Amino acid sequence: MNVLELSILIFTGALAAGLLGALTGLGGGIVIVPLLTLVFKVDIRYAIGASLVSVIATSSGAAAAYVKEGFTNVRVGMLLEVATTVGALTGAFVAGLVSPRVIAIIFGLVLLQSAWQTTRQRVEHGTGGPPDRIARWLRLDSSYPTAEGPQRYQVQHVPLGFGIMYLAGILSGLLGIGSGVVKVLAMDRAMRLPFKVSTTTSNFMIGVTAAASAGVYLHRGYIDPGLAFPVMLGVLCGALGGARALPNFKTPRLRLIFAIVVVVMAFEMLYNGITGSI
Amino acid sequence: MTTTSGHAPAEERVEQMVGNLLRIGVLVAAAVALLGGIAFMIHHGSLVPDHSVFRGQPAMLSSLTGVIAGASALQPAAIVQLGIVLLIATPVARVLLTLIAFALQRDWMYVLISAIVLALLAYSLIVG
Repeated sequence: MNVLELSILIFTGALAAGLLGALTGLGGGIVIVPLLTLVFKVDIRYAIGASLVSVIATSSGAAAAYVKEGFTNVRVGMLLEVATTVGALTGAFVAGLVSPRVIAIIFGLVLLQSAWQTTRQRVEHGTGGPPDRIARWLRLDSSYPTAEGPQRYQVQHVPLGFGIMYLAGILSGLLGIGSGVVKVLAMDRAMRLPFKVSTTTSNFMIGVTAAASAGVYLHRGYIDPGLAFPVMLGVLCGALGGARALPNFKTPRLRLIFAIVVVVMAFEMLYNGITGSI
Repeated sequence: MTTTSGHAPAEERVEQMVGNLLRIGVLVAAAVALLGGIAFMIHHGSLVPDHSVFRGQPAMLSSLTGVIAGASALQPAAIVQLGIVLLIATPVARVLLTLIAFALQRDWMYVLISAIVLALLAYSLIVG
């Protein structure tokens, strides 16, 4: 197989990942590294580099629309980006110290967690609660558009959210993923933001988080242009197509299928990490 | 004036600008990477690929100055890498834009917060 044929195959795989990622709301980034390492036998460091690049592309593309519609809380995003960028730099630094086997094992565990999270029914928490001193001081409280007009909300537990975001940053930098699942956890569960605000603000932050570690990886030679460009264009096209098709799509069954694919990939990553065949 | 999101008009203007910046950044980066990618396929498409062993990248593809010099010399791989650098620079530009917007609103706390994030990103992209 030559470079052209391989690039077309990788583009097709990335397209499918981007499409499924957008339709299930899990993001395509999480399956890019397993796809490249397990199916195309790419070294995990090149796979992480290509994955990070695709994560920046899709999150920035999606964030553009959400921020214009007024769902994104720019202040919350900006504040928590301090935690995620420090985390991402930590993750990229740690990635240079540990063996690819360890990264594969951590990746497998994160895939399992994501699959479990995907199949769970999400519950909209009450966004009420007492005013929070720190949130008020940082002027984080805001409003978002709903069918009944603008709805105000109060932000809670800022330090806890900040701490979880640092962890999300580490995972993003270490594994080359957006770690949107952890980001949404921090904002939805800990900080009690409305779900739509959590997901869109998470998306808004993913690009900055990924850019922090992508710079380090560029200098370290992890970003191979011949590999990164079919991945980036494939995921981007898939995500755009998925976002367009989303309104007329039933997602529960698709989420289940995607979760099963992720679980299979998780066990394969764990197996390869433990036996050292990665 | 009320808006559908309930945000202040000044904030809403910033949100529109940020949205446009992100969209243009991604489009330009993808277009540059696509052009470079087509040239890359014409030059190297028939070679045998091997990504199974990690070798890193030459200086031309792993530093900002190298990428810019290589792309100016119309090296296909460097043009693709320039597209990728533009993509990485898009969120950085977004942070800079929000910093300026917070400064215009005299919101100094958020100017400081944005400046910290910007410094971290600049360190990563320039020093690595």
